[in-house]
Amino acid sequence: MVPELGQLTLILSFCLCVILGTLPLIGAGTGNRQWIGLARPLTAGVFVFLSLSLLVLGYSFVTDDFSVAFVAQHSNSLLPIQYKITAVWGGHEGSFLFWTWMLSGWMLAVAIFSKAMPDDFVARVLGVMGLIGAGYTLFMIATSNPFDRILPLSPADGADLNSALQDFGFIIHPPSLYMGYVGFSVVFAFAIAALLSGRLDSAWARWSRPWANAAWAILTIGIALGSWWAYYELGWGGWWAWDPVENPPMITWLLGTALIHSLAVTEKRGVFKSWTVLLAIMAFAASLLGTFITRSGLLTSVHAFASDPTRGIYILGFLGLVVGGSLLLFALRAPLMKSEFGFAAISREVFLLANNIILVVASAAILLGTLYPMVYQAVSGGELISVGPPYFNMIFVPLMAILVLFQVVGSISRWKKTSAEYLRRQLGLVAIAAVVLGVVLPLVVTFEFNFGASIATALGLWIILGILQDIRIKISNKASTVSGLKSLAVSYIGMQIAHLGFATILLGASLTSIYSVEKSVLLDAGETVDLGAYDFVFQGTEPVQGPNFVGDRATFQVMKNDVYQRDLHPEKRVYTQSGTPSTEMAIDAGFWRDLFITLGEPRESGAWSMTIHIKPFVRWVWLGAILMALGGVVAVTDKRYRRLRVKTLAGEETARSLKSGADKSAEALQPVSQQ
Amino acid sequence: MIFPALLNSPRKASGFLRTLLQIAALALLCMTSNAWSAIDTFEFENDEQQQRFRTLSNEFRCPMCQNTSLTGSGGGVAEDLRREIYLMIVDGKTDAEIEQFMLERYGDFIFYKPRLMTETLLLWFGPLLFLVLGGWIVMGIIRRARPQGQEAVVLDNSDQARLHKLLEKVDGQD
Amino acid sequence: MSRLKLFIPVGVFLVLALVLWRGLYLDPRTLPSVLIDKPLPEFSLPIVEQSDRLVSKADLPKEPFLLNVWGSYCLPCLQENPILKAAAADGVLPIIGINYKDKTNLAQMWMDDNGSPFEFSVVDADGRLGIDLGVYGAPETFVIDGNGVIRYKHIGVIDYQSWQQEIMPAIAAVKAEARN
Repeated sequence: MVPELGQLTLILSFCLCVILGTLPLIGAGTGNRQWIGLARPLTAGVFVFLSLSLLVLGYSFVTDDFSVAFVAQHSNSLLPIQYKITAVWGGHEGSFLFWTWMLSGWMLAVAIFSKAMPDDFVARVLGVMGLIGAGYTLFMIATSNPFDRILPLSPADGADLNSALQDFGFIIHPPSLYMGYVGFSVVFAFAIAALLSGRLDSAWARWSRPWANAAWAILTIGIALGSWWAYYELGWGGWWAWDPVENPPMITWLLGTALIHSLAVTEKRGVFKSWTVLLAIMAFAASLLGTFITRSGLLTSVHAFASDPTRGIYILGFLGLVVGGSLLLFALRAPLMKSEFGFAAISREVFLLANNIILVVASAAILLGTLYPMVYQAVSGGELISVGPPYFNMIFVPLMAILVLFQVVGSISRWKKTSAEYLRRQLGLVAIAAVVLGVVLPLVVTFEFNFGASIATALGLWIILGILQDIRIKISNKASTVSGLKSLAVSYIGMQIAHLGFATILLGASLTSIYSVEKSVLLDAGETVDLGAYDFVFQGTEPVQGPNFVGDRATFQVMKNDVYQRDLHPEKRVYTQSGTPSTEMAIDAGFWRDLFITLGEPRESGAWSMTIHIKPFVRWVWLGAILMALGGVVAVTDKRYRRLRVKTLAGEETARSLKSGADKSAEALQPVSQQ
Repeated sequence: MIFPALLNSPRKASGFLRTLLQIAALALLCMTSNAWSAIDTFEFENDEQQQRFRTLSNEFRCPMCQNTSLTGSGGGVAEDLRREIYLMIVDGKTDAEIEQFMLERYGDFIFYKPRLMTETLLLWFGPLLFLVLGGWIVMGIIRRARPQGQEAVVLDNSDQARLHKLLEKVDGQD
Repeated sequence: MSRLKLFIPVGVFLVLALVLWRGLYLDPRTLPSVLIDKPLPEFSLPIVEQSDRLVSKADLPKEPFLLNVWGSYCLPCLQENPILKAAAADGVLPIIGINYKDKTNLAQMWMDDNGSPFEFSVVDADGRLGIDLGVYGAPETFVIDGNGVIRYKHIGVIDYQSWQQEIMPAIAAVKAEARN
C-alpha cells in the first residue's frame, strides 16, 4: 500500500508541474495577477509531493520491501542502514526521482529567495522550471517508475547494492553532483524568462548571478567528490578518467565557468547579453545531455545505468523540445538585445570574452571526443574506435594553459580600456618571477629538470602572484593594508579565492601526474619494500568479517628514514551476496603527498602481491576544488544580491550617480593624465 | 556492466537463468576496475622500461571492460595483455611494434589515443578548428569594439588614487 | 545576415540531436574482430584430454570446423554446451575447443560432468593463444574454413537463435565454398 502512495504523490506532482508550467506563464504574458500569484504556492506543492514520493521510496528501502522491484534490485536485508537509504540513488529509477526532487528543491529556493524580483518575472522562472519538472515526472511515470512492484511473487531478499557503491563516497557524491547539475536549470529558467519577457538587462544578470554561482560551486564540489571517490575506490591512483559519463559534468562545469564570468560582464557593463543567454542555455543542455548519455546506454561507461532505448528516445525528445525550443526562442528574440561594443581592443571585456571562448572550445572538444566513437561507428558501418584519456589530456591541457595566461591579464586589466603599457608595468615582474621560480623550484626540490613541471609551476605561480599583485593594486591607495583588505568587495574576495583554487588544481593535477611513483611487489610477511623516502614493512594478513562481506586485512608499518610513521591496513573483500571481490586501499593522506597501498592476491607460497604508490600533491586537486567552491559561495553572500527591490532600484540610482561622478572626476583629471 | 555473452540474447533467456548468468558473469569474468585491481609484479631492467610500460598500459583499452585502460583493469584478458606488453618491452620491441601487435589482434578499438587517419582527422584537428573559429569571433568583436564616445582616459596609479578619493566622497554623501 | 547567424546554435543543436538519435540505435558493445579472413595463428600447446600430447596448427582439421573458446568457470559456456554437443553429434562439422585461462583438472572435470562436444581441447592456460586470436573472454566461437582461415567470429553465448541465424549460415557458406 505504501509504495502506491509514492506513486500517487508522483502523479500529483506531475499534475502540479503541468499547471505551474502553464497558468503562471500565461498569467505573466497577459498580466493576470491571480495566475502569476499561483507560481509560488504551486512550487511549494510540487516540492511537498515529490518529497513525499522520495520519503516513500526511502521507507520501502528501510523496511526491506522487496515487492518493490527497484528495492529488490538495489538492496538486501543485510545491507547496512546508511546504504539502504542511499540505495535510493543507487539505480536509474530512484536516482531520477532524487534528481527531480532536487529540481523541486531549487524551485522552492527560487520561490523563497526572490523577493527582490518582480512577481511576473518570478512566475516565468518558476513556470519554466515547472515545465522541466513536468517532463521529468512524466518520464518517470511513463518509463522508469521506481514504485513498480514484483507481485504476487516477490523475492525473499534483494540482489544487493553494487559493492562499489557501498561506500561513503556514494553517500555524498551523487547528491552534490545532481544538485549542481540541476542548479543550472535555475539559470536556464532565468534566461528563458528574460527572453520571454524581453527583459534582458543588467538587473536580470544580477538576479541570475547568485544562482549561477551557487550551482557552479556545488557542481565543482560534486565533480571533485567524484574524483576523490574514484581515487580511493579504484585502487590504482587514477583521479580523473575522462569517462563518457564524467565528461558531461565537466562540459557543464566549463560552460558554467564561462557563464559566471559572462554574467559578470553583463551585469557590470551591459554587454555580451546574447552570449550570456546562449551560455545559460548551453550549460543546461550539457546537463541534460549528461542525463541522456548516462541513462540511454548510448556510450559504454563504468557509470552507465542499464540501457533502454525507450528511455533514450524520451530524453532525447525532451532534450530536443526544451533545448531546441529555447535556441529557437533565442534566435527570434536575440535581435531585441542590443549590446553596444563599448570597450577597446585591450580591455577586461575582451580578455573575459577570450577566456569564455577558450572554455567553450574546451567543452566542444570534450564533446567531440566523447561522441566521436559513436559517429565513427555510424559512419564506418560498425567499426569501433576508442577515445580515451591520452586524447583528452593532449587537447585539454594546452587549452587550459592558454586560459591561465589570459586569466591573470583579464583580472588585472580594467573595464572599457586598458593600456598595454599599464599591463606591462603591472605584470612584467609577475611574469618574470613566475617563469624563474617555475624553473628553479622543481629543480631545487628534485635535482632534475622537468619541462612539464616547470611549465605547470610557472603557470600556477603566474596565477598566484597575479592575484597578489591585483590585491596590491587595489589597496595601494588605502591608508593601511588592513583597511585596504577590509575595503575589498565580498564578491571580489570570492573571485580571488576561486582563482587561487584554480591555481591549486592546476599545480596539483600537473605535479601529481609528473611526480607520482609506484612499485608492484610480491612480499612475504616480514619483508620490506622501499619507495622514495619510505620503507614499508609488511606484517602479514588476518581474516576479517564484515556485515555483508568476508576478507583479509593486511598490516604495514610505514617508516621514513628508519623512523616509524604509522600503520596502514589495506583489505581484500568478497561481498557474500553477490560474490563480488573488492579492494579497499589503505591511504595515508597528506598535504604534500599521499601514500597508498593496494592489496592484490595471495600466491600459493603465501606471499601477497601489492602495489605501493607515492603521489605528491594529489590532495591539491580536491583542495583546489574546495577553494573554488568556497569562492563561489563567498561571492553568493555578497550583500549586493540581497537588497530588496526598492533598495535595488535606489542602489542602481546610486550606482548611476556614482558613475557620472566618476566620469566627471575622470574629466577633471584628464589634463593631469595628459601632462 | 554487461558481459558480452548476455548481449546477444538477454531477452531470450528466462528471467531466473538470466539473473544467474549475469551474477556469474559479473563475479567471474568482467571485473571492472573498481571491483578488483590485479597487480603485476614485473621486474624491469631500468626505469625507462617501466615508464614505457606504464604509458603503454594507459594508452590501450581493456577490450572486455566497460571503459578502462589496461592499467585500471583487473583479471582476464587485460592482465594477459599487460604481460604481453611487459614481455615485448623486455624483449626490446619498440612502442610502434607493440602498437602494431595490438592493432593486428584487437583493431583500432584497443587504442585510447586513436591513430591519425582520414577518419580521425576531424577528431584530431576539430579542437584546433574550434579554436581558430573562436579566435576569429574574438577578432571580429575586437575590430568592432570601440570605447564609447571619445578615447577613454587612461589613469595611472596617482590618478586612480585621486579618483578613488573623489568616489569615496560621493559615497559618503549618500 | 546577422539575424540568420542567430540560427546557427539551433542548427548545430539539430545536427547534434540527429547524431544522438542515430547513436541510440547503435550497440556500442558490438566488439569488432580484425582477424576475419586472416589465417589462424601458429601454436604448439598440450590438450586437455591428454596432457603429454602437444598439438599445433597442423593437427587441426583440414575441413571447415568450429573453434570454441571456453572455460570451466564460464556459465555461458555451460549454457551453449548442449547446442555444440548436438552439432558435433549430428556431424555438422568438427569442433575444436580452446580451454581458455583455466585449470586443466577443472576443465577435465567439467567435461566429465557435462559432456564434451570437442574433438580435443587445446590448453591455453596463460591466454597467449587467446591474444593471438583477439579473444575478449570466453565464450567466443570462430568458424574456420578448410584452409585454416578465420571466416566468422561470434562473441558471447550461442543460443538456439544465434546458432540458427548467425552461425549456421556462416558454416553453410564456408562449406559451400569448400565444395566448389
